[in-house]
Amino acid sequence: MYWNKDIETLDRDGLEKMQLALLRKTVEQAGHSPYYQLLFQQEGIAPDTIKGLDDIRRIPFITKDTLREHYPYGFLAVPRGQIVRMHSSSGTTGRATVIFHTARDIDEWAGLVARCMYMTGVRPDDVFQNMMGYGLFTGGLGFHYGAEKLGAMVIPAGAGNSKRQIMLMQEFDATVIHIIPSYGLHLVETFRTMGIDPHKDLKLRIAFIGAEPHTEETRQRIEQAYGVKAYNSYGLSEMNGPGVAFECPCQNGLHTWEDSYILEVIDPATLEPVPDGVEGELVFTSLRREGMPLLRYRTRDLAFVYPEPCPCGRTHRRISRIKGRTDDMLIVKGVNMFPIQIEKALMAIPEVGSNFQIILDTIDDNDFMTVKAEIRAEMFTGDLKHLESVRKRIIDDLRSELLVTPRVELVEPDTLPKSEGKAVRVFDNRKQWG
Amino acid sequence: MAQQVCIFAENKPGRLERLTKILKDAHINMRAITIATSQGFGIIKLIVNDPVKTAETLRAKGLTAYLREVIAVLMDDQPGGLQKIAEVFARKEINIEDAYGFVIKDKNQAVMIFDVEEMPEAVTLLSKAGFILLNDEELYNL
Ligand SMILES: [Zn+2]
Repeated sequence: MYWNKDIETLDRDGLEKMQLALLRKTVEQAGHSPYYQLLFQQEGIAPDTIKGLDDIRRIPFITKDTLREHYPYGFLAVPRGQIVRMHSSSGTTGRATVIFHTARDIDEWAGLVARCMYMTGVRPDDVFQNMMGYGLFTGGLGFHYGAEKLGAMVIPAGAGNSKRQIMLMQEFDATVIHIIPSYGLHLVETFRTMGIDPHKDLKLRIAFIGAEPHTEETRQRIEQAYGVKAYNSYGLSEMNGPGVAFECPCQNGLHTWEDSYILEVIDPATLEPVPDGVEGELVFTSLRREGMPLLRYRTRDLAFVYPEPCPCGRTHRRISRIKGRTDDMLIVKGVNMFPIQIEKALMAIPEVGSNFQIILDTIDDNDFMTVKAEIRAEMFTGDLKHLESVRKRIIDDLRSELLVTPRVELVEPDTLPKSEGKAVRVFDNRKQWG
Repeated sequence: MAQQVCIFAENKPGRLERLTKILKDAHINMRAITIATSQGFGIIKLIVNDPVKTAETLRAKGLTAYLREVIAVLMDDQPGGLQKIAEVFARKEINIEDAYGFVIKDKNQAVMIFDVEEMPEAVTLLSKAGFILLNDEELYNL
């Protein structure tokens, strides 16, 4: 059940010793990059000034903006000739951030992804259909290399083309899939129009869902619709991509691979560490990267660490599902909220379909929030009173979740525009002040 | 029992036109149509010559259609007909969710369509009271 038992079950003390040694090495390696060379000189940081893990706090945080300012090669710590691959972050405005990998970096990364997949039960005789975009985005290639390292057969399907996806699953007996959760829900409609019952007609048993924050309710919908166990995958291109943290068979939190990353959780306002169990911003330090080591990268992702040990025996600390990125946070009528809270409330209502939109407007100088939810065709019985009660329940559930009362519109199934990549759910048409 | 085709529709321009075009292209004859609306959405209800085919055609075109059982009562097109039915329901406290009717001109008859919560009980009551209830086929062959 372990890909690398010694490392996955290494006791806390052993893990921390390993982290300290790797942190020193990383500081040394990072010092070859223009950015860190200057920074370490200014701050008086060198490998031998790192006496304990706490000394990491002497190193300043970096953010996406820091990476942008030193675009493209400011963090490169090896000669350009040693780089074999680049990836770029997606979905952000402004200049992209780029991450460079050496052959060894790619190999380490593939090992982490293989470890994640093996942990959930993937074995060499599995057929793995990778339904993530290949290319600059890390989700596709990251899993591809991990699955090959594990020895499974990969169907590099890429994103989109729903009918072909289903045909591939069927003809090649795919047992494991990797899919963006919103697209996974959308594909359920295609199964229906093609007359395919995934429980009977397919051999699927495991799904990896990641690349966008999602709720437990969404996971359960995917598990029920596909007849699989669905595991939450967390990663970010700045820390390679997938393989940073992953759910084990307990499906209760994601083990962060602490032999390869140092995880810190901070209060995004004060930048001070928060205790386990308290929500904060995740900060990562890469420990095994030579091409472009990054120290104390602020992810903007909000989550907390589970304080208790996991029954699976792995000692690497677990993080909770990501509640949202600080960038995704909406402020409506002065109340902070995340789109994922709306997803959570909607997905718990059986009459509501998988797609929804949040529209924010300014009306008479006030914020006005509209939620459009698709109804689910199977649940429609031609009963207007029933639909009215569904609409009322959505309003009530959202009000208690968000503390703001939205306007709710029920719309026809499969009519809200959907994307084959990460879903775009929020449309903010509000007047910008100042 | 007769079947009514229910279609979920947002209150947006062009929804009804889209529906009637699909029906026309599929050579479906409409006996009656009513629309019930609420906050931003509505349900279009149809009595047609072939409800099963209608629902399948609409679903194939991406609409959300459902076949719902309703009571169809045949009566003479003269004053007082509806009153008698209302009395039967009122006596047994049967709630009428929805009701509408249409006239068959050449026969001087009318059909009332009822949607009630207590469906089996309503059917028994009306039959006992001597009303003629139409099944799918009878309704569409009028
Ligand atoms: Zn575990």
